[in-house]
Amino acid sequence: MRCGVVVFPGSNCDHDVYHVLKHVLDQEVSFLWHQDETLKGSDLIVLPGGFAYGDYLRAGALAALSPVMAAVKRHADAGGLVLGICNGFQVLLEAGLLPGAMRRNENLRFQCLEVHLRVERADLPFTRQLRAGQVLRLPIAHAEGNYEDSSERLDALEAAGQVVFRYAEADGRITPESNPNGAARNIAGICNPGGNVLGMMPHPERCSEPILGNTDGLTIFAGAVQAGSRVLGAVR
Amino acid sequence: MKARVTVYPRREILDPQGKAIRDALSRVGFPGVLDVRAGKSFEIHLATDDPAAAERQLREMCEKLLANTVVEDYSVELLHGGQP
Repeated sequence: MRCGVVVFPGSNCDHDVYHVLKHVLDQEVSFLWHQDETLKGSDLIVLPGGFAYGDYLRAGALAALSPVMAAVKRHADAGGLVLGICNGFQVLLEAGLLPGAMRRNENLRFQCLEVHLRVERADLPFTRQLRAGQVLRLPIAHAEGNYEDSSERLDALEAAGQVVFRYAEADGRITPESNPNGAARNIAGICNPGGNVLGMMPHPERCSEPILGNTDGLTIFAGAVQAGSRVLGAVR
Repeated sequence: MKARVTVYPRREILDPQGKAIRDALSRVGFPGVLDVRAGKSFEIHLATDDPAAAERQLREMCEKLLANTVVEDYSVELLHGGQP
């Protein structure tokens, strides 16, 4: 499968994502510069973590207007796979590919720790190797992960099954204590109605190899690769 | 024409930064501060001399870029009474 990792000025998890896709999962991977107007034939696009455009104005706001994002939107509209991690999730929100917005963490701190996530949807390309209700352990590292939207829009998001991951206790209970940033309804990751665009605050690329002590993140990339290969196999 | 755009967190949304500033103001001798909303201010120099056109452009700028209207409100103000 062809994978494209978007590099904005200020991206800093781009090489980690490249490494996982290329060297752990043995896929074809290219970097895509923010000024690129095409995706070099990529089937899976990853918007990595970092501080695109220095997070000037708002996290993700300027990156959302870069040339490459017009191509990413077309790719997403055509059903192509898009994964936004941390700052990449913020870019997807600002670009309108996913609903809602991020605010500063409730306690105003940059939160850098491991959290538990409860899987709410296991039928997406990205989560097909997981079970609904399964609890993953993934690292987070962000100052703006406090997901927010109006209560009506949050209700609609839940009703449409677009909540994919929630911050949880180790046993899967959703509690205020397990919420590291104040995100509405403990939301850590959401998808678009089609399920082909996923945004998540935790970093799966930081826990995708045994040497790192945790491989929970690999399932998300592997799921996308597996799903993408199957779709492509049907087409070719 | 010059204008000032102010973007601030929506009223109904908790503003953690504003709350922290309010608490700090209380610690430096201003216990009477009831609420603080922390936002951003932009001074914008426009080519147009037409106040109505300027205001329309500024609002569009807010909707498209300067504010994220999911969580922020904005106000626009022409400086010097809208005089060039």
